[in-house]
Amino acid sequence: MEIIMAFVCGFLFMAAIYLILSRSLLRIIIGTGLLSHGAHLLILTMGSFKGSAPPVLSDGVTDYVDPIPQALILTAIVISFGVTAFFLVLAYRAYQELQTDDMTLMKGSEDHE
Amino acid sequence: MNNFLLLPIIIPFFFGMILMFGQKKLAYQRITTLLGLLMAIIGALGLVYKVHADGPQTVTFGSWPAPFGITMVSDMVSALLVTTTLILAFFIVWYGFESIGKERERFFYYPGVMFIITGVNGAFTTGDIFNLFVFFEVLLMASYLLIVLGGEKAQLRESIKYILVNVISSAFFVITVAFLYSVVGTLSMADIALKITEINQPGIITVIAVLFLMVFGMKAAIFPLYFWLPSAYSAPPIPVLALFGALLTKVGVYAIMRTYTLFFTHDLAFTHELLLILSVITIIAGCIGALAHFDVKQIIIYNIVIAVGVILFGVAQMNEVALQGAMFYLVHDMIIKAALFMLIGIVIYISGTTNLRKMGGLMKTYPALGWFYLIAALGLAGVPPLSGFVGKLLIVQGGFQADNIWSSIFILASSLVVLLSVMRIFIYAFWGEQGQISNDVNKTTYNRLFFPTMILVFISILYGVGTEWITTLMGDAAKILVDPSIYTDAVMKGGE
Repeated sequence: MEIIMAFVCGFLFMAAIYLILSRSLLRIIIGTGLLSHGAHLLILTMGSFKGSAPPVLSDGVTDYVDPIPQALILTAIVISFGVTAFFLVLAYRAYQELQTDDMTLMKGSEDHE
Repeated sequence: MNNFLLLPIIIPFFFGMILMFGQKKLAYQRITTLLGLLMAIIGALGLVYKVHADGPQTVTFGSWPAPFGITMVSDMVSALLVTTTLILAFFIVWYGFESIGKERERFFYYPGVMFIITGVNGAFTTGDIFNLFVFFEVLLMASYLLIVLGGEKAQLRESIKYILVNVISSAFFVITVAFLYSVVGTLSMADIALKITEINQPGIITVIAVLFLMVFGMKAAIFPLYFWLPSAYSAPPIPVLALFGALLTKVGVYAIMRTYTLFFTHDLAFTHELLLILSVITIIAGCIGALAHFDVKQIIIYNIVIAVGVILFGVAQMNEVALQGAMFYLVHDMIIKAALFMLIGIVIYISGTTNLRKMGGLMKTYPALGWFYLIAALGLAGVPPLSGFVGKLLIVQGGFQADNIWSSIFILASSLVVLLSVMRIFIYAFWGEQGQISNDVNKTTYNRLFFPTMILVFISILYGVGTEWITTLMGDAAKILVDPSIYTDAVMKGGE
């Protein structure tokens, strides 16, 4: 199971990097979304898949999943959700102001010497 | 167990929330912000006193036993940095009254400042590696707001890149924490330090150390990862730039300092050697940038990069003298960078341009500004009685103790380049023929900008001349960095 997950994470990172390196702003934002998905899946994998029982620990229970990674993912998902929302609004605003969503046209400053 | 240490985080957060209401009432916004920062400063000074008297203070949320709950730890390192942060924020906000512009003040500038302070202080104080990530996100989210606030074309263009770089570095942070958790099975920084010592740092931990260096290095702007900094920082207005330049990169430096003295101390030959090499190249890259530009903002921005290199060089030595020097230099650099950005902000206000070639002759009309700029510039380069001297002296002394003779001499030589780069501003802007002067210079505005700047320069002078008084505090900080067991003991036994 870990091996499959490693490949899935790797595939997500690959797709994310491909999208982030593209020129269109919207694709870049989708890329950052995929990147954070890959990271979250990686946390889940790092918590290991031992045990099929819920992450509840009480006396006498030996079969349980480590609850910490799930708590971490929940936090990280909320944060990446907020950042992505902000990023999308910013991209729209930048598109209105700069009249382009092409990153190659957004480089440098006007007042070069 | 002491809730007192949360005050410098809670107070800005609370005031940030209050400030989100009543956006259009400027007097209310300004007074409340200053009041909040003043209260937080008093809390932070009390905290420094408390830490000095009783050793590191800890509080574990929910009264969980130490490694299981989220711990906040205030040792001398974080208490000093928190205090410096708040004092600088106070002066930068004060300075901003005249220069940030009323439109920005009406659109959540002050809440943004308060939340960024919350994040910075939280990152300095937290004792939990995942909580560090959360506080990083708090300060980043506020910094996204501040960098784009105003919606100028350059700001929109640069903030997209700034956010993208930081989103990627945050993803790396999460990944690195996941790896670390899978190896040591804990998130409390004190507990991680103990567990890594137990397993004696196998190869995978060294990989994680390098990953952490990438994550924090992206924030701190060390050599291969500083590319985003100059253009991103030149976009926002001066008060925001001063806030970013003085605080944000220093959070990254602090995080490297903390992880590299607390966790990764068993394979020094690899991790700290890497840090040493990177810090030296960072200084070279910063020097090239600082000398190449004719834009005053860019010159000071590249000086941030140089300072980061110098501090990390001190960290890489891993002995008490150099770490004490790194602490001295870190606090010095925060103060002097804020002062310098504020000074060149005034220069830009008067001349109406950022291009050095168009400036000139300000010494005749604004002699006080010239003298204060000269003092700040000499302080930055580390000319003896001023604030940069002690830090650099101790760092180099530590470098000699660790047998890094050539790189230490190189650090000394780099001071000359720093001096040259800031003197160039002095020569071009203050000497020579009368250059460009902005048409709408108002004497009252100038005085209001100059007053907080002057006090901040005085503080930096005091920091240099009065080194004797704070040496004991810095000594405490260095002891904690050299001997992680003080930190881990404080956390593990602090619950009782």
